[in-house]
Amino acid sequence: MIEVVSGERCVGCDRCVQVCPTNVFDSGPGGVPVIARRHDCQTCFMCEAYCPVDALFVAPSPQPVEAGSPLRDEAHLVASGLLGAYRREIGWGRGRTPGALLAVGPDLPGPSGPASGSSRPAASGSPSRPVSEKEHR
Amino acid sequence: MSPSAAPHLVRDADVLVLGGGPAGAWAAIAAAEAGAVVVLADKGYCGTSGSAASGGNNLWYVPPDLALREDAMARREAIAGGLTERRWMARVLDETYRQINRLAGWGYPFPVDDAGVERRSSLQGPEYMRRMRRRVHRSGVLILDHHPALELLADADGAVAGAAGIRRQQGGGRWEARARAVVLATGGCAFLSGAFGLNVDTGDGHLMAAELGAELSGMEFSNAYALSPAYGSHTKGLMMQFASYYDEDGDRLDVGDMTAARRPIARMLADGRQVFARLDKAPPGLREAMRQAQPNYFLPLDKAGIDPFAQSYPVRLVFEGTVRGTGGLRVTGDDCATTVPGLYAAGDVATRELITGSVSGGGSHNGAWAVSSGTWAGAAAAAFAARQRRADRPRAAGRAGLRPYGPAGGGPDAAEVVGAVQEEILPLGRNYFRSSEGLRRSLGALDGLWTSVAAHLTGEGREALRARQAAAMVAHGRWMYRAALAREESRGMHQRVDRPAADPRLAHRVRVGGLDEIWTAAEETREVTA
Repeated sequence: MIEVVSGERCVGCDRCVQVCPTNVFDSGPGGVPVIARRHDCQTCFMCEAYCPVDALFVAPSPQPVEAGSPLRDEAHLVASGLLGAYRREIGWGRGRTPGALLAVGPDLPGPSGPASGSSRPAASGSPSRPVSEKEHR
Repeated sequence: MSPSAAPHLVRDADVLVLGGGPAGAWAAIAAAEAGAVVVLADKGYCGTSGSAASGGNNLWYVPPDLALREDAMARREAIAGGLTERRWMARVLDETYRQINRLAGWGYPFPVDDAGVERRSSLQGPEYMRRMRRRVHRSGVLILDHHPALELLADADGAVAGAAGIRRQQGGGRWEARARAVVLATGGCAFLSGAFGLNVDTGDGHLMAAELGAELSGMEFSNAYALSPAYGSHTKGLMMQFASYYDEDGDRLDVGDMTAARRPIARMLADGRQVFARLDKAPPGLREAMRQAQPNYFLPLDKAGIDPFAQSYPVRLVFEGTVRGTGGLRVTGDDCATTVPGLYAAGDVATRELITGSVSGGGSHNGAWAVSSGTWAGAAAAAFAARQRRADRPRAAGRAGLRPYGPAGGGPDAAEVVGAVQEEILPLGRNYFRSSEGLRRSLGALDGLWTSVAAHLTGEGREALRARQAAAMVAHGRWMYRAALAREESRGMHQRVDRPAADPRLAHRVRVGGLDEIWTAAEETREVTA
């Protein structure tokens, strides 16, 4: 659930207001968006991905974290590298390589495995046991 | 919304697409390419809305090699429970291959493997949908973000004539789009369970379509649950093939491989036990590659300070309903038409039984279905629109949760309705382990809710959406459980504890429909595939 909107980092672009699929944010009076409907947050991390200055942090829990949690502490999030981690991982932002370009391995068995996509042999060490297609998403 | 209020935004289009996930995006592009003037309205934001955007998925992407295609279809048929049609599987494989190659041409950064071959059988959600939005925009489609549709419009002959809803970032004022054809791409229904990215999927489109008389199919295949860390909501199952499971005492559970493990884990969780997972089957040399392949599986764990390779973490089963299930609006032909003239269904709002039968299509088949059905529905809607006269005075068709027939208020409010529906739909003990007795009891509760909702529930401004979503979920639950009662056997994901075996006489699809009165009927499959 959304935990942090950093007023210090925010540049007031309102991108999060626009992209949040469940309409959690409203534009704020001073340019910094406000969390107006927190319980509609579905913990999908899309606002983090789109924030150009890593001013937002979404904790993994679908419920609010407790008051003293380090996941509400901006200094901790910066020091631990968690702030902006999702955007970094998917390779969005100037000078980064899109994460989609790197998502090659491991060669997971199943529908995208031997019968599709590529002639690449399974990565060594990957289990030979086929995986039910049900599990793929 | 006060339904009589003058709309604050009115648009005319040939084709209106409702929903901006993959299916809606592909439909909008296809309709625009066929020369139609297209409007796409999304409840949230086209690019982040829908089950694909937040996660991503593998794709049923198989090169046009006879042996590979044959193998792909045969492997699905082996588990699908006999409800698939090979002709549909073949054309989905064809269309998906063609369209995904176009996506590559539009610049999607597919990874290149060690042999220098581009791998196009998996999509990263945020990147995919960012690219799709761009393509929709460049196709000349007008995108209306944060414009949830609440109801369809119909002409005097019963053909669809557009839709109306609210502008939720403009004070909840009304919007209306008149169109000669409509593509519904509003997704499945996960009942606000909190599953990763699925809270936008509340079954709104099914309700709107049913109000014009559309039929559904496969609604008994609606109880998909996915494993997620207990404290979180991310349900990406792919990595779970590397998991071992443990009980409260740290003893390893002998639950078999990933598919077989699901049921005993569900049993334990339903009985109030705890189950823990650890990805200790992942060879150390593979772990970095796993992280790169699916960063959004690992990121939430990183945020929670858990190393899933070394530490066990509690898991839960999160409900994904008809998003990962297979049921939805029945399509009547190759063009993904519904039983309502001018109304087409694409993606998870439509039944996916034709290609995945009674088991979940997961991301792979459902993703391919979104691409294919979206493309077909969009093109067909454009063709229909070219033949259709513009309706003079379309009537607004929304009823339950929008225009109650009794006095507003007096029953449970939207949040209470949602809570009451979830109580019948989400618990494993009710929906994963189904029985005639349990289904009847839940239907009693849901039917009672429907009566109250249809008579009293409505909302003003932005709250109109919450009321309508609540009504849609009640309707969805009733179709699901009526279909589940009608299928007096176990098949695929639909498992009846009181009928544990499959009945060969029930190797057909089950149609369901109606709102105040719900009916079910058998549909013979045209091809026998198992």
